[in-house]
Amino acid sequence: MKPFRIPEGMENGENHVLAQKICRCFPEAYLGATLFRGDLSVHIQREEIVSICRLLRDDADLDFDYPVHITSVDYMGEAERFEVVYEFFSIREKRQIRLKTRVPEDDCCIDSVTGIWQGANYLEREVYDMMGIRFTNHPDLQRILLPDDYDEGYPLRKNFPMQGRGWRDSFDFPH
Amino acid sequence: MGLTGKFEANYVTLKLDQAVNWARKGSLWPMVFGLACCAIEMIAAVASRYDMDRFGAGIFRGSPRQSDLLIVSGTVCRRMAPVIRKVYDQMPEPRYVIAMGSCATSGNFYDTYSVVQGVDRFVPVDIYVPGCPPTPEALLEGLMQLQKQIMKKKVFVKRDEITESTLKDSA
Repeated sequence: MKPFRIPEGMENGENHVLAQKICRCFPEAYLGATLFRGDLSVHIQREEIVSICRLLRDDADLDFDYPVHITSVDYMGEAERFEVVYEFFSIREKRQIRLKTRVPEDDCCIDSVTGIWQGANYLEREVYDMMGIRFTNHPDLQRILLPDDYDEGYPLRKNFPMQGRGWRDSFDFPH
Repeated sequence: MGLTGKFEANYVTLKLDQAVNWARKGSLWPMVFGLACCAIEMIAAVASRYDMDRFGAGIFRGSPRQSDLLIVSGTVCRRMAPVIRKVYDQMPEPRYVIAMGSCATSGNFYDTYSVVQGVDRFVPVDIYVPGCPPTPEALLEGLMQLQKQIMKKKVFVKRDEITESTLKDSA
């Protein structure tokens, strides 16, 4: 495993109490933590995403009950190409946390967290639709914004042509 | 016309075409079809300050079968295209289409995989209203231009004069 490098413009978040808790419970999966304008991001290994999320939800001190957002970033050219970003919020504690985990292109999948938060269902479908990252154990993994029979690929990938591959100009209905 | 002024003040003389077109242009029934931010300006154009009803086009219908004017107000995504076409096909003739705003006209800066580069690619458009979004005044101007176009339509054609182009003119 490569040593964790703090991206430019971000601060070290290792001392944050949430980061330390995750580090203590999952020393193998914990890679590092960063701060950006007070927002904590914890970088983890994808294998432990479900158990870490379960800790975040079930631990009485953490109590993250609301999956705000799940999205993905394409770092084309890097060894582990995709990054899946989770953002959770604790309504009672009024606290947010961001989890970041890398997914390589040749094994483009990660465990689904729908078993922990039902609300992650559509969020993960959108990531699958736009970036082509598959979520294992997802109850209904199909495209959500694009049509089911869309076959041009995954539009948010960096190697996807901006204008698409002709779908926008093909009208397969009487006109 | 030579007949003007020969009758009492209560009479007017005009062609049948003009009478029908005058009735049509003063009773446009737009279809509710807001797609993006342009829809907000369209709503403003209907509301009391601009009052599109002054031009006889103030009653928006929720059904294409009760409307004859389709104002495509906003970005047309490819996935919305068959819906727009179906709505257009369900409208009774004579029917008119206004492409409101740069997006409906040309796709605007959304030169992307999912945005249709102008609604005229699959629906015939009568009036293009520029702007991003157009002001209510601009939409009203577009409406008045459409009314001018309607006044030029030829409604009644002799049977032996019917051709492709006369059919197109009367629709």
